[in-house]
Amino acid sequence: MIIGLDVGGTHADVVLLGEEGLVRQIKVPTNPENLFDTVLTGLEKITDGIDPGTIQRAVLSTTLATNRITQRCMPDVGMIISAGPGINPEFFRTCSDYHVVSGGIDHRGRQTLPLDTDRVRDIADSLEKKGIRYVGVVSKFSVRNPAHELAIADILGDRFDKVFMGHRVSGGLNFPRRIATTFLNASVYPIHKEFFEAVVKALARKGLNLPIRILKPDGGNMRFSASLEHPAQMVLSGPAASVMGAVGFAPQNDTCLVLDIGGTTTDMAILANGAPLLDPLGITIGDHKTLIRALDTISIGVGGDSAVRVIGDTLQVGPDRVGMAMAFGGPLPTPTDAILLLGIGDQGDPDLARKGIQDIADALGVDLMTAAQQIFDQACQTILDEADAMVRRINAKPVYTVHELWEGHRIQPRHIMVLGGPAPWFAKGLERLGNCPVELVPRWTVANAIGAGLARTTCEVTLFADTEQEVVTAPEEGFTQDISSTYSKEDAINTALSLLRDKAIARGANPDHLELEVVDAIEFNMVRGFFTSGKNIRVISQVKPGLIHGFDPIARKIENRPFIQ
Amino acid sequence: MLYAKNKTGLVFFPAFDWAISPTHPEREERLLYTQDQVFEEGIFDIEGIVEYKPDLVTKKDVQRVHFCVPDLWAVMTESHFISAGGTKTIAMAVMEKQVDCGFALVRPPGHHANRVVHGARGFCNVNIEAIMVEFIRKAYGVNRVAIVDTDCHHGDGTQDIYWHDPDTLFISIHQDGRTLYPGSGFLSEIGGPNAVGTTLNIPLPPNTSEEGMLYAIQEVVLPVLKDFQPEIIINSAGQDNHYSDPITNMNFSAQGYAQLTSLLKPDIAVLEGGYSIEGALPYVNAGIILAMAGVDYSHLREPDYDPDRIRQTPDVTRWVGKTCEKALETWHNRVQLGELARKDTQFAKRDRKIFYDTDNINEYQNETLRICEACGGTFRIDSKAHGGKHILAVHIPRNACHHCHEQGLSWYEEAASGAYDKIYLQDCAKDVIEEKTPPP
Repeated sequence: MIIGLDVGGTHADVVLLGEEGLVRQIKVPTNPENLFDTVLTGLEKITDGIDPGTIQRAVLSTTLATNRITQRCMPDVGMIISAGPGINPEFFRTCSDYHVVSGGIDHRGRQTLPLDTDRVRDIADSLEKKGIRYVGVVSKFSVRNPAHELAIADILGDRFDKVFMGHRVSGGLNFPRRIATTFLNASVYPIHKEFFEAVVKALARKGLNLPIRILKPDGGNMRFSASLEHPAQMVLSGPAASVMGAVGFAPQNDTCLVLDIGGTTTDMAILANGAPLLDPLGITIGDHKTLIRALDTISIGVGGDSAVRVIGDTLQVGPDRVGMAMAFGGPLPTPTDAILLLGIGDQGDPDLARKGIQDIADALGVDLMTAAQQIFDQACQTILDEADAMVRRINAKPVYTVHELWEGHRIQPRHIMVLGGPAPWFAKGLERLGNCPVELVPRWTVANAIGAGLARTTCEVTLFADTEQEVVTAPEEGFTQDISSTYSKEDAINTALSLLRDKAIARGANPDHLELEVVDAIEFNMVRGFFTSGKNIRVISQVKPGLIHGFDPIARKIENRPFIQ
Repeated sequence: MLYAKNKTGLVFFPAFDWAISPTHPEREERLLYTQDQVFEEGIFDIEGIVEYKPDLVTKKDVQRVHFCVPDLWAVMTESHFISAGGTKTIAMAVMEKQVDCGFALVRPPGHHANRVVHGARGFCNVNIEAIMVEFIRKAYGVNRVAIVDTDCHHGDGTQDIYWHDPDTLFISIHQDGRTLYPGSGFLSEIGGPNAVGTTLNIPLPPNTSEEGMLYAIQEVVLPVLKDFQPEIIINSAGQDNHYSDPITNMNFSAQGYAQLTSLLKPDIAVLEGGYSIEGALPYVNAGIILAMAGVDYSHLREPDYDPDRIRQTPDVTRWVGKTCEKALETWHNRVQLGELARKDTQFAKRDRKIFYDTDNINEYQNETLRICEACGGTFRIDSKAHGGKHILAVHIPRNACHHCHEQGLSWYEEAASGAYDKIYLQDCAKDVIEEKTPPP
C-alpha cells in the first residue's frame, strides 16, 4: 500500500491507497510551529492497525523548508563563486560570506582564466574560523565544464559538513539561478536532514519502518536518501501534489486546466494530453529564482474564504484571507457565505452569512441576493481571467527555430478539472461563466494527498557533446567521457537515456516501468574557416511527471467506489 | 535582484534550423554561443528585460519597401518573414511604450538588400530595418527617422532605399570600401539630389579600434542627430567590427560596442552582421543588451581582451579625424550641396550596375527621379537582371507632393506592359501596391 501526505497551511491531508482503492483518508490540523508533530501524527493515524510491512512507500509533501526560507530562518552558509567576465557577480550576492574568486570557463567549457586556488584556500580558512559548516561552490558555465567547482570543492575537502556544487543542481544554463539554487541547497540542508531523520527515527521507535519519499515541485518524488543531495528540490511541492491528484482523471488526448481551489488561494496548472506542463526555467521561492524543475503553476488570491470588501463602490474579492467564512463564525464576508445564500452550498449558519453579505449589499446599493451573486461571479470570473492570462503567457513563450515558429503550436484548454474544499460549488459558477465543461476531480478534498502518493519518480539529464574537443559530458551526473570525432546525435541520445535510466533507478523509480523520453536533441555543425571542425550536440532527456505504473485500477476504484472506512 | 534602468524588449530569434548553405557564415550555429552566453548570464531574468516572440511580417509590409522580382515568394524564405517580423514586434513594443527600447536579435540580416530585389546580396534578401521603419511610419504616424548603421560593411541596401528620402537620416560607419565588401560607402555618397546630406558615410581605415569608432560617434553622429531631431533612432547593430571577426579587419570590442550603445541610446537596435560567433558575438550581444537596459557592464569583456594589443596607431587616429571632419563638413553644407545637385533640371537620371554576390546576379538599373523641392520626389527604376527578369518599378514617396504623385501615377499607367516582365507601383502616399504583367 502507499501513503500520500500533503501538508497544507491549515491542515495536512493523509491517504492510504491500496489495490482496493482509497483505503483510508484523514485530516490532521497543521501546527506551523511544529510540523514534525503534524507529519508524525498524520503517519501514525493513517497506519493505525495496518501492518507496516504492507506499505511500499510513504510520499510526503511538506512546506517545511519553504517556511524557513520565507522567514529567512536559515543557518549561515559560505558561497565561493568563480565568474570570469560578464555581469558583475556581486549583483547575485546571496549572503555575507559570498566570495568571488578569479577563474573563467567559456560557453564551450574551455578554461579562459585559471582558478585562483590560493585565494580559495584563504577563504576556506576564514569560513572555517567563523564556524560555517555548509558551503556552496558555483562557477560560470560549470554545466559545460565543472573543473573549477571540483577544484574548489577539493580544496574545501572535509573541513565542512557539506559542500554543494552548482553543476549538480541542474544541467540548465543560468549562472545567477545556479548561485541561488546552490545557496538554497546549502541553507536548507541541515533543516531538511534533521527533520526527516527525526521522522524516520520516531516512526522506527514505534515499529513503523516506512520507506520515506519526498515530493518535488515537478510532481515527481525522490527517495529520502537521494534528497539529501538536493534538499532545495523538496521546497514548494504543494501545488504539484494537487496537480498530480488530477492527472489520473484528466483527458489523455486533450488540454485541461486544473484548478485547486482552497480557502485562501487558487493554484492552477495545465495538463496537455494528461501530462502537466513544466516551468521552462525553474521555480521561484521567495526572492530566489532557481533552476529547480517545477510544474508551471500560478497561485492567485481567490479562494472560498477570501475576504470580500467594497472599496469605493467596487466589489473586491481577496486577495487575502482574514479568517473563516462568517457562516462559520469568521470576521468578514467571503465567497463561501455568498455560496450558502445562493443555495449552491449547504454548510454553515445562513443567518451569520446573511449578516455579512447584507453589509456588502448595502455598500453596493443592491439587494442581498444580487450581492451574493456578484460576489460568487466575481470570484469565478477572476479565476477564469487569470487562467486565460496563464494560457496567453504559455503561448507567448519564444521558440528558436523556423520550424517551431511556423508550426505555431498553441495550447487551448478544453476541459477544467477542479479540486480542493470549495471545488464543487465553484465548479457550477465556472461552468456557467466559462466556455468549457467543468469536472470535479474524484475525492476532491484529498486528491492532493492521492497525487503525492501516486506520483512517479522523476528526473532529468542534460548532455553536451563537442566532437571537436572529443568530449561528452553531463556534469550534473558527474559524467565525462572521451569520444571519437564520429560521435553522432544518436550516440548522444543513447548515452543520455542510459544516464537517465541509472539516475531514475537510483532515485527510486521502478526499473521495469521507466517512462524515459527525449525532450530536446539538437546538433550543430561547427564550421571554422570553410571546414566542419566538429559537431556541437545537446540532448535533454527526462522522466516526465506522471503516475506510477499500474495506478489505473486504483484510480478507477477511487472514481467508482465509495472508500472503505 | 538586478533591475534594468530602461525597460528593454528583446526578440531573440537564432533560427537554429536555417542557413544559406552548410558552411556559410550565415548558418545555424551563428547565434548558438550568443544564446549560451545570454542564458548563462541570466539576462532574461533581469527585472525590466522582456522577451517577445516574433510576429511574421505581412506581404504588404515588405512591398511597402521592396520591388521583389519576380515576386515576393521567390525572394522571401520562412526565416525572412520571421526576422523582419521580429523587428516589427520590437517596434510595436517600443511604439506602444510597453518598453523604453528594444533589440531585435534576429537572423537573417537585411542591410545589403536594396529597394529592387532580384536575389540575395551580402547574405541579405530583404531589408529588415526598412521594413520596420515603413511599418512604424504607417502604423504610428512617425515621420523623421534616423538609422545609424554600425556594421563593419557599408549598409548599401539601406542607403539605396533611403537615398531620396529627406526625412530619413542614414549614417553608416564602416570599414573603408576600398578594403572590404560591398566596396561602397565613400564620403562622396551623400544622398540623391532631393535629399542631399541625409545620407552620410564615415568610412574608417582598417584596424580602427575603440578610440576611433567612439570618436566618430561622439564627433559626427551625435551632433548630426542633434541637428536632425529624429523622432526615433535605429541602430543597425552589426558586430563585425570586432577584433576577432574572420571577414573584416577592424579592432572593436565588446566594451566598445556597449559604450557605443550607451552613447547612441537607440530606441531600437537590430542585429546585422557579425561572424566571430564564438569569440565576439556572445560578449558583444550581451554588452549591447546590458547597455540598452542601463545595467552595469563594466565587468563584461572577451576572455582574450587586451586593449594594448588592439590599440590603433597614430596614423589611424589621424585618418579617422580627417574622415570625421569631412563628413561633418558635408552635413553643414548640405543645403548648398543640394542646390548644386538639383541645378535647374526637371529630372535626374542615373545608371547603375549592381552585383548580387550571394546569388551571383548582375543587375542593370536606369533610374529617373523627378527633381522636387517639396518632397522626396517620385522615381522610376528600369531594372534588368542579366539572364533574368526586366521590370519597371515606380515609387511615389510617402509625403509626395501633388505633382510627384501625378507624375508617378502617369509613369505607371503609360508604361507599355509589353516591354517588361512586370511593372510595379509603390504608391506610399496612398499606401497602395499595384502590379501589371503583360498579357500572356
